Amino acid sequence: MNFVALKMLTGDRAKYLALIFAIAFSTFLLENQTSIFAGILKRTGSQIRDVTEAAIWVMDRDTEYFEQTKALKDTDLNRVRGVDGVEWAVKLYKGAPVARTLAGKFATTFCLGVDDGTLTGAPRKMLLGSWERLWEPDSVVIDKAGYILLFPGEALQLGRTLELNDHKVTIVGISDASAPFVSWPVLHARYSLAVNFLGRERTQLSYVLVQPRAGVDVKALCARIEQKTGLRARTSAQFQWDCVAYYLKNTGIPVNFGITITIALIVGAVVAGQTFYLFTIENLKQFGALKAIGVTNWRLVGMVLLQAAAVGLIGFSIGTGMAAEFFNFFGQKLATRGIILMWQSVALTGGCMSFVVILASFLSLRRVLVLEPAIVFRS
Amino acid sequence: MNNNHLNSAVVCRDVRKSFGQGDAAVEVLRGVDFEAAQGKLTFLVGPSGCGKTTLISVIAGLLDKNSGEVELFGQGLETLTARERILFRRKNLGFVYQQFNLLPALTAAENAAVPLMAAGVTRAQAVDRAKALLVKLGLEHRLGALPEKLSGGQQQRVTLARALVHEPRLIVCDEPTAALDHATGEAVMELLAENAVHPERAVIVVTHDNRVFHFADAIAHMDDGRIVKTEVKREVETQVAPRLEMNARVVEAV
Repeated sequence: MNFVALKMLTGDRAKYLALIFAIAFSTFLLENQTSIFAGILKRTGSQIRDVTEAAIWVMDRDTEYFEQTKALKDTDLNRVRGVDGVEWAVKLYKGAPVARTLAGKFATTFCLGVDDGTLTGAPRKMLLGSWERLWEPDSVVIDKAGYILLFPGEALQLGRTLELNDHKVTIVGISDASAPFVSWPVLHARYSLAVNFLGRERTQLSYVLVQPRAGVDVKALCARIEQKTGLRARTSAQFQWDCVAYYLKNTGIPVNFGITITIALIVGAVVAGQTFYLFTIENLKQFGALKAIGVTNWRLVGMVLLQAAAVGLIGFSIGTGMAAEFFNFFGQKLATRGIILMWQSVALTGGCMSFVVILASFLSLRRVLVLEPAIVFRS
Repeated sequence: MNNNHLNSAVVCRDVRKSFGQGDAAVEVLRGVDFEAAQGKLTFLVGPSGCGKTTLISVIAGLLDKNSGEVELFGQGLETLTARERILFRRKNLGFVYQQFNLLPALTAAENAAVPLMAAGVTRAQAVDRAKALLVKLGLEHRLGALPEKLSGGQQQRVTLARALVHEPRLIVCDEPTAALDHATGEAVMELLAENAVHPERAVIVVTHDNRVFHFADAIAHMDDGRIVKTEVKREVETQVAPRLEMNARVVEAV
């Protein structure tokens, strides 16, 4: 009877396509919005994630997220180095100077000053040039998106000049740095150079990057650093989640996306659910004929669930394909780079759509199960 | 009424059925006594609303009666559980409806094969058997057609094939000619008489179409929820020819 169930489903082409598209577009909308939401929040930790050499970030005790820094004392670096279990610790500066081109174009930048001696924290994914050239005098590495923002329509080219706080610097590399939360260019320079890009403050040290000795438990070392120095120490992953939590708590992002996602879910559920419900109700007489013939209620339940599974699976697959193609296309755009279709989003949407379709099935099944087969004799 | 119970496929005794409750209750069957014999075409006739359809729904186990007894081939329906009744119906009953009730997405052959598929026969085997029957009913050129592409008479022949394909012992027909013009109705009744009637099978036809009464071996007249008169063709009683034209001259009131 599975054959009969599937033929009943596909036989009415208009309703079948309406069902498929209702589920497909709901799937697309849900996967799209949840992935963009997660992708945007993930960007809040981009600069933390890009630093692959250090496992621990040490900062002021009150720091809540990456952009919110209160300068540490230079002596804090040595205090951290003195904690048992630390293999090495280096300093990192984060500032937001304005960069100008010779043509007069300017933009506020995300500037990271990396340790002069080791260049720890320099971008490792390079598109042009090399991060080692940061050792050259007055040199910076800029990310591709930042380059295009400051030099619109021009080919990627090394050797170009930027001016930051009256300091002329040369672009020696173009990186593929992860997109920051705000669409600012990402600059990398040596620490000693970067601190001059903004007005000089008494203290400049933003973060201390720490790598534990081999075999040392990272979280235990964080706790030890906090205890010994009074500073805040977080693993790279913890610090990224701190940023996400901060933005969730203090911005309108979750509300905006939450509304969109909720509406997508409700609209999807209502449209897909109602279409499937009506499909079953309009076929009640057919189900009645099958009942009269001697098809059991359990078999009818199986048939309706098979129909639900079929439209659910096909609609979900089409919707996921559309979402994948969307992110494949927009993932190559500068503004939306790095935002991908997340498997968690696909799984979550799959669960939601399954729930919707199963709910609609059971609502309509009630009518099928209590249906008097004698309905077939009514003209 | 034919009193030969040994030959009776269907026996109803004092069957009552009402719809609604309390003051709104309407008693549709008011103590029906009815029999249908194996090997015969038994017509159930009467005015609209007299309870014909309710009676065959009860006989077929599609509706529960309030009281009385219904026996099909010696099996009391009330002794069966709900599931047993469904399985009994699947095996022993075939239906022909006024509105055909074909599944619009299935071809003629697939529609006719549904009872076999419901009984667990593989699709290929079921469709093959259905095709053979449809060929016998003169639909060899319409086997793959969807119901919407078939005329009323062709659809009724598919319905007939669906009723016969699993070789049931009782066929219940509800106004099989009501949606058809006279010539087509006549043709469908001829096919029904030729193919459905079998020594071990009973056929009950509900109709108010007196143009096809001549196909009947027996006619039970119903009115106001009761069987008020039963006519049996003389030839039936003497076990001669199963069907001859029924008219006033050969019909005998019992």
